[in-house]
Amino acid sequence: MDLFEFQTKEQFRQAGLVVPDGDVATTPEETAELAAEFGPEVAVKAQVLVGGRMKAGGIRIVSSPEEAGRAAQEILGMDIKGHRVRKVLVESASVIAQEIYLAAMVDRTAQRLMLMASAAGGIDIEEVAATSPENIRKAHLHPLLGFRPYQGLQLAKELGLPVTLWSGFAQVCQKLFEVLTHNDADLAEINPLILNSQGEFIALDGKMSIDDNALPRQSRLFSLENEEEGNDLERKAKAVGLNFIHLGGNVACMGNGAGLAMATMDAIKYFGGNPANFLDIGGGATIKQVTQALEIMTGDPTVRSLLVNVSGGITRCDDVATGIAAALQQDHIEVPFVIRLVGTNEEEAREILAPYNVTFVRTFTEAAQSAVKLARGNA
Amino acid sequence: MGILIDRGTRILVQGLTGRQGNFQAERMQAYGAKIVAGVTPGKGGTQSLGVDVFDSVAEAVATEEVDATIIFVPAPFAADAMLEAASAKVPLIVCITEHVPVHDMIRVREYVKMQGCRLLGPNCPGLITPGESKIGIMPNHVFQPGGTGIVSRSGTLTYEVAFALTNSGIGQSTVVGIGGDPIKGLDFVDILELFNSDPETKNIVMIGEIGGTDEQRAAEYAREHVKKPLFGLVAGVTAPPGRRMGHAGAIVSGGAATSAAAKIDVLKECGFLVAVHPEQIAELLTA
Repeated sequence: MDLFEFQTKEQFRQAGLVVPDGDVATTPEETAELAAEFGPEVAVKAQVLVGGRMKAGGIRIVSSPEEAGRAAQEILGMDIKGHRVRKVLVESASVIAQEIYLAAMVDRTAQRLMLMASAAGGIDIEEVAATSPENIRKAHLHPLLGFRPYQGLQLAKELGLPVTLWSGFAQVCQKLFEVLTHNDADLAEINPLILNSQGEFIALDGKMSIDDNALPRQSRLFSLENEEEGNDLERKAKAVGLNFIHLGGNVACMGNGAGLAMATMDAIKYFGGNPANFLDIGGGATIKQVTQALEIMTGDPTVRSLLVNVSGGITRCDDVATGIAAALQQDHIEVPFVIRLVGTNEEEAREILAPYNVTFVRTFTEAAQSAVKLARGNA
Repeated sequence: MGILIDRGTRILVQGLTGRQGNFQAERMQAYGAKIVAGVTPGKGGTQSLGVDVFDSVAEAVATEEVDATIIFVPAPFAADAMLEAASAKVPLIVCITEHVPVHDMIRVREYVKMQGCRLLGPNCPGLITPGESKIGIMPNHVFQPGGTGIVSRSGTLTYEVAFALTNSGIGQSTVVGIGGDPIKGLDFVDILELFNSDPETKNIVMIGEIGGTDEQRAAEYAREHVKKPLFGLVAGVTAPPGRRMGHAGAIVSGGAATSAAAKIDVLKECGFLVAVHPEQIAELLTA
């Protein structure tokens, strides 16, 4: 789960990192009040879980409460890459002497935690990584020792910071590492980390992503329920506990297991169709979930055929078939179905679905080919 | 024979008396796996599936010789179960449990290495040497003994590939599911190394997916060191960037290198024959 900037800064503040004074507002009036409190010069920043706010006009620096209110009027409700702005962060504007990039994260390649820093802060770090990787410095942390101050001092030196700032920078690293581990985050990023004219480090912007597997022990964070912006179909699926991603093609598909679900999508594409979605019903899908999944998939107006591809193991084919039958009993479903149910209780599944007009196939290839063909015939 | 396990492997089951653990352990026994003991704290002194249950791994290994353990305990206790097994120096630890927090896994992985043990998983289907033994949850009927080694990040996709091979008369030496998590024990490179030195494995199938760059590292390793025919499949060619596709590790992010297309290119460069769907692997192998 990703955190909004204002939530990230709250975690930063709790760990002792310095962030600009500020608060969130949901209306222009609130924004103006906050601007009066934290001004005269304030930044009004759209709170969305996506990058590129500056380019989209979602961040404004203003110098009076009236201007702040007008800025909020424009920013609230704005659509930034499909994400609607519902809140703005209003905070004291800072004088910037230098911008640095600093992140603590899980590094899959090294299978360790890592600190990553660059003197080229404030801009897209992926771009720096692609164009001038030598400007990115990394320090891996020993799993049992964690962050050690010498690593922060060394990073400070590599970034070219003056000696007087080394120890302060190492402390920022230490605190950011604490933010990462304390919150079970995959990523805790400060971009930019600025030096103000007094030589203080301030986290001007921040981003955090929390490991979903840590939900039970991070209930404090997960109770924030940051709703991922998705379309209606995705929200409906999420509400019933389904792992569904809308893609917009003509062949809807369902598999058990993420790998199989993706391989099914790929095969649809390979045989000339376009997958309408990703849907993994997992190992423990209930009959009801299968029915709900089919309702969601057939509710997508671009869908012309539907493919169920289940490799029965823990998942029982007869359970899936019962779920399909329940969906088919509702007369508004008009999309042709292709069904591949192999493995545990396959014969029972066929019997359950015998009364319905569905195409049964045996192989993966046949499954994808028939679904694509039916979609074309139904265009 | 195959790699990592054979009919003689003596297996401990952590979580033997739980619902999932008991159900799966029974199916393992039905396949011929030699389960020698179980562990459930508080149930020491009882019996289940014809073997003794102990309160701890240490007590189990003090009484029974153990070559491998399989972990079925719920996610909040799984990291601890792996550490317990490693502290008792069980040579092979297989963790089926999913949703283990990533920060825990970083420490577990390190400790397992320090103890000189091997870890498979977490969030994996386990492994099977067809006709000999199974430490995992895969359906028994899709496998048959033979000379193809399979290593995979995905569960059901592995069964599909194995089933397609079996249906074409191609058996498997050992099938290993390394799991879909970003931080894990044995990886593609470790398994390729084992398959390469296993005389019964004549060719190797590697099944990858979007996310991370493990497939590339494995492909480059294979180009340097593996002298057997290599086959590949990478799921997620149609996956959109920035969206997590089920597995915690399956996401196209941090650059194009983590996409399926990029992985397929590197696999091909490194000498793999790459299939576009599971059944095509069988066609490539019989061609």
